Amino acid sequence: MKKMGFILASLTSLLMAGAAYATDVKIGVLNDRSGIYADIAGEGSVIAAQMAAEDFKAADKGINVSIVSADHQNKPDVGSNIARQWYDTENVDVIADVPTSSVALAVNEITKEKNKIFLASGPASSDLTGKACSPNTVHWTYDTWALANGTGSAMVAQGGDSWFFVTADYAFGHALERDTSAVVEASGGKVLGAVRHPFPGQDFSSFLLQAQGSGAKVVGLANAGGDTINAVKQASEFGITQGGQALAALLMFINDVHALGLDVAQGLVLTGAFYWDKNDQTREFSARFQERNAGQKPSMIEAGVYASVLHYLKAVEAVGDKDAAKVMAKMKEMPTDDPLFGKGTIRADGRKLHEMYLFRVKKPDQSKGPWDYFETVATIPADKAFRPLADGGCPLVK
Amino acid sequence: MFELLGIPPQVLFGQLLLGLINGSFYAVLSLGLAVIFGLLNIINFTHGAQYMLGAFGAWMLLNYLGVGYWWAVFIVPPIVGVTGIVLERVLIRRLYHLDHLYGLLLTFGLALIIVGFFRQFFGVSGLPYPPPPLLTGGHNLGFMYLPNSRAWVIVASLIVCLATWFIIEKTRLGAYLRAATENPVMVGAFGINVPLLVTLTYGFGVALAGFAGVLAAPIYAVNPNMGADLIIVVFAVVVIGGMGSILGSILTGFGLGLIEGLTRVFYPEGSAVVIFVIMALVLLVKPAGLFGRSV
Repeated sequence: MKKMGFILASLTSLLMAGAAYATDVKIGVLNDRSGIYADIAGEGSVIAAQMAAEDFKAADKGINVSIVSADHQNKPDVGSNIARQWYDTENVDVIADVPTSSVALAVNEITKEKNKIFLASGPASSDLTGKACSPNTVHWTYDTWALANGTGSAMVAQGGDSWFFVTADYAFGHALERDTSAVVEASGGKVLGAVRHPFPGQDFSSFLLQAQGSGAKVVGLANAGGDTINAVKQASEFGITQGGQALAALLMFINDVHALGLDVAQGLVLTGAFYWDKNDQTREFSARFQERNAGQKPSMIEAGVYASVLHYLKAVEAVGDKDAAKVMAKMKEMPTDDPLFGKGTIRADGRKLHEMYLFRVKKPDQSKGPWDYFETVATIPADKAFRPLADGGCPLVK
Repeated sequence: MFELLGIPPQVLFGQLLLGLINGSFYAVLSLGLAVIFGLLNIINFTHGAQYMLGAFGAWMLLNYLGVGYWWAVFIVPPIVGVTGIVLERVLIRRLYHLDHLYGLLLTFGLALIIVGFFRQFFGVSGLPYPPPPLLTGGHNLGFMYLPNSRAWVIVASLIVCLATWFIIEKTRLGAYLRAATENPVMVGAFGINVPLLVTLTYGFGVALAGFAGVLAAPIYAVNPNMGADLIIVVFAVVVIGGMGSILGSILTGFGLGLIEGLTRVFYPEGSAVVIFVIMALVLLVKPAGLFGRSV
């Protein structure tokens, strides 16, 4: 007992001694904790950030990481308030994740104003590295341009040359519709129309009926999470695919497929940055993650939170300081290397470059069980997967 | 053929029919609310959670016990109703003598707890509920493709709404109920067990929500938030129809579904707010609602 007390006391003093020289880093994971995106980027993203700090062994390297989290409810005003409060009064150095593009664009601005760092994994809008680009933001996992480029060109190549969009009526949906339209038109297809649905939506029958009436060969769903799940489910109910139209879920996560079931989701083509069953490293991480996240495999957003926090911590270690400008410079200078996305780089406009994948959802008889959902149709190399630097209109690169 | 503001009639008829189908959900849910408010004076904010319970009940029967949809239609509503009765007996009845606000706060809190509980266990993405064979497929009506599942929703909810209206307005039991609302002491003096009547009424209103939930399971994603999104709209429907008016809630439910359907053709972005605009207008012109009696 005495011995135990001694060990504890020495451990404590060791920790305190360590703290005196350590860099304290506070990471705020800001995302949707209760709404339609909570399964693709909610508590899971917090767990991913914690795992990054643990796997990096930050404490041994003199970096004390503390992680806080909050629910932005998918509302830009709520998200902005939390971001300001974190930066102004709670000494948060980095905000990570932030799904829902409208919220992310607001956090992007605030982060620039306060000269902190924003590791965007959740949001999709390509404007984050385009006209709204910021020296303080890294856009990690995916964006609307990459999704459009992957799924859009694959569908046109298969003969789907006329499109009708069912679009979530906010920044993300508009960006995804815009980027996909550009890809479709550039590949020789045409866009017959679009309908904007309220976000979040529940009943998509009216919009699907309009899509059906348009006679377009492809119905593009420019929405995400619960909206996509409901839309795909109801598209199957209304016989969209039986009627000869193809359905393109422009942004779809593995959790959405899990919720839909393979009967409904089979055959859908989608673009993603990460799949848990890609190699030994992703499988090892995903198994540990699944244990801590109520049995759910990581979505690509959660994987992106892990990888971006890991890269950030490496940069802090290399700089020996947490000054935003220095750390950002280091993050962009240092190539990225992590078990989930492999090797990559971060471009001047903040865009993280890595391979993207075109997946097809397996048929029920091809799947070995829960979470065995995707087969890889094509791999899009990093230099082709994202919008060329010159086309984004980012003021930083002019 | 004629064209209305550039919209071909096929599209218009299709949207009207869809509006009617969505209206069926509004009607069944607002009917439950109206019954509860009319007879208990409780603003039942737990209604959305109870609708969600109905959908989850159907899912659980299928996945844990292998009991299919058609059985669920009959089994789940009474079960959800019983959970409502428990709530009424244990908690809600303690608030009858207080202001409406207390009941509202209690039921709202209960809704948050129930939804949070399900979110903890099932996440928010939802669960797959395959439609039964009879409800897959559909018919081409010429102007639109009508899935069997939606046709069934409209038929089932019409039957339930009319039966409820008939029971409350035209039968002896309904007369007791209405009398008990007017003057519980007097009705009690005639030897009628008023507290039991009230409990059963609450259970019945809740069972209606559960029924709507079962209807929704094969159509919408079964997820814990499904009721939260709907309940606000349904409250607007009840307010427009007139709080507590049985027929009013049925007619406004279907009517507003139609109006929402039309909005989706002409100005889809506005379809989420049109019901609330109407609510504001109705409250300005007829504060007691379209079918409500002013107090």
